[in-house]
Amino acid sequence: MAVPKVCGIETEYGVVLRGASDPNPVLASSMLINGYVEHRRVGWDFEDESPGRDARGYSRDGAQPPDIETHLVNTVLTNGARYYVDHAHPEYSTPECSNAHELLVADKAGERILARSMQAARRILANGQEVVVYKNNSDGKGNSYGCHENYTMDRQLPFSTLVRYLLPWFVTRQVVVGAGKVGGENGSGHHGFQISQRADFFEEEVGLETTLKRPIVNTRDEPHADPQQYRRLHVIVGDANLCELSTFLKVGATAIVLAMIEDEFFDKDLSIVAPVSAIKTVSHDPTCRATVELVEGGRITAVELQWEFLRLAKKYADETGLEHCGGEEIGGDVLRRWEEVLTGLETDIPSLDGKIDWVTKLNLIQAYVDRDDLSWDDAKLSLLDLQYHDVRPEKSLYEHLVRAGKVERLLDENDVRIAISEPPETTRAYFRGTCLAKWPDAVVAANWDSLILDVGSDPLRRVPMMEPLRGTKAHVEALFAECSTPAQLVDRLAQ
Amino acid sequence: MPERERKQKPAPDKRVEETVDVAAPAKQGEAIKEELDELLDEIDSVLESNAEEFVRNYVQKGGQ
Repeated sequence: MAVPKVCGIETEYGVVLRGASDPNPVLASSMLINGYVEHRRVGWDFEDESPGRDARGYSRDGAQPPDIETHLVNTVLTNGARYYVDHAHPEYSTPECSNAHELLVADKAGERILARSMQAARRILANGQEVVVYKNNSDGKGNSYGCHENYTMDRQLPFSTLVRYLLPWFVTRQVVVGAGKVGGENGSGHHGFQISQRADFFEEEVGLETTLKRPIVNTRDEPHADPQQYRRLHVIVGDANLCELSTFLKVGATAIVLAMIEDEFFDKDLSIVAPVSAIKTVSHDPTCRATVELVEGGRITAVELQWEFLRLAKKYADETGLEHCGGEEIGGDVLRRWEEVLTGLETDIPSLDGKIDWVTKLNLIQAYVDRDDLSWDDAKLSLLDLQYHDVRPEKSLYEHLVRAGKVERLLDENDVRIAISEPPETTRAYFRGTCLAKWPDAVVAANWDSLILDVGSDPLRRVPMMEPLRGTKAHVEALFAECSTPAQLVDRLAQ
Repeated sequence: MPERERKQKPAPDKRVEETVDVAAPAKQGEAIKEELDELLDEIDSVLESNAEEFVRNYVQKGGQ
C-alpha cells in the first residue's frame, strides 16, 4: 500500500578555490559553510547512520558510517536542512518535504544558500582568492558527483518489485529531467551533446555503491524513520537541475510512479533489455528517436515509454487519487505539465527551451555553434555547459536566461527567500528547524530522526522523531508557543 | 468529409482585399534572430575568458 511520499534532495556541488596555491576542495567547502554559518554550529549526530546497510537484506563488510568525516564541517540550519562537506564537495540536503512543490522551493533555497556562502567566504579568504561552486554533476573528465533524491516507501513492498519498475522509469525519465552535457565520459565514446549529466557513469542495474560502479537502482537501506514501517528510496541516477519545471517533474512524477508501484497498479511489464546500455542510448540521442528493446518484445523510444507511464499515472489519479503524492492540486499539476513536456518532446523539441534544462542548454549552445560556426569539440561549448551551472548569479548562464525572461519560473522568489531560513511546515523538519531557531544553544546535535537537547541539567535529552510526518506546524506550533525553555518542551513531550 | 463541404461558401460578392503579408514571417524571424544575437552578446560579456584553459582547470574529486 502506498505511503505518503515524504521527499528530499541532496546535492553535491562542484567546488573550486581560485587563486590559491593549494586548491584543496575540502578546505574550500569548509570555508563556504563556515562562512555561511555565523551562529553557533550544531553538530550532526551520526548514531543512526548506516549507509552500508543493504535493502536486499544484508550488510557489506567494510562499509563504514561516515564517522571518518566527523571532523569535517557539518551543520544543521534553521530551515531544517543539513549543510556539510561530503567527499570533497559542499553538500546541501534539503529538509524533508511532503510534496514536489515544497521540495522545489527547498532545493532552490539551497542554491541561494550556496550563493550567499560564496559571498560570505570572500570575507575570510585571502586577497585574489575566490571559492566558486557549480550545481552540476561532472567535471567533464570522468569525475562525477551526485544529486540524490529520497522518498519514503512502504517497507512491505518487495525490493525486487520496486527494481522491476524503477529500471525502465530511470532509463527513460531523463528525456524530461536531464540537465544536458557536452561530450561523453567514463569510456562512453560519445561526442557532442547528450541529455544527461550522469548516464555515462552507471555501470550496474542494482547495488549498494554510490561512488564507483554506480547502480541505476541504489539499495542503500537507511530509512531515517521507523524501519518497521518505512524504507527510504535513495535515488542516485538523477541530474542536478536548475530549471524549476525539471525539478518539479523529477520529484512529482517519480513520487506518483512510486505510489503506483506500491499499489501494484501496473497493468503491463515495461522492463527494458540491458538497462545499463539503454540509459546511455537514450542520453546520447538528443533527437529522442533512439529506441530501446522491451523484454516483452518490440522496440520503443524513451518518450513513448514515458507516455505509457503517464497513461498509467492518469488512470491511477482517476481511480486511486493522488493523496500520497502531493494531493490532487500538486499531483494534478505534475500530470498536466508532464504531458505538456512529452507533447513537446514528440512534436517540437526546441519549443521546450526555457522549460526543461537539457533543451534550454542545448538551444543556447546550438545558437553559439550557429553564430560562430563552432565544431562540437570546441572548448567554448564545454565552457557554456559548465557556466550554465555556475551558482554565482552574475556568472550563471542559467540565471542570465532567467533575467532575460527566457526561462519559465514556477516559484515566487519570496517563497524561496523565506525557505532559506524557515522550515517546511508539513514534516518533522518544522520541529527540527523551529528548535534550532528558538534555542540554538540548547540543540547539541541533530539527525534526521532525532534531536539532542541540553535542557540545562544532566543528562542530555534525546527527542526521537521516527515518523517524518509528525512534528509539523499543525502538530507543534501551539506547543512551541507555550514553552519558553527547552526543558519545558521536553517535559511537555514526555507527557 | 461532408462536414467540411458544408462549410464551403460561394465566393463573396464583395471584393476581397488581399491582406496577407508574405514578408511578415520573415520579419518576425529577423526580430527573433536580432533578439538572440543580443542575448548572445550579453552572454559573451559574462563568459569566462580563455575557454580552453578554464575548462581544463575545472577538475573535481569524484563524489557519490
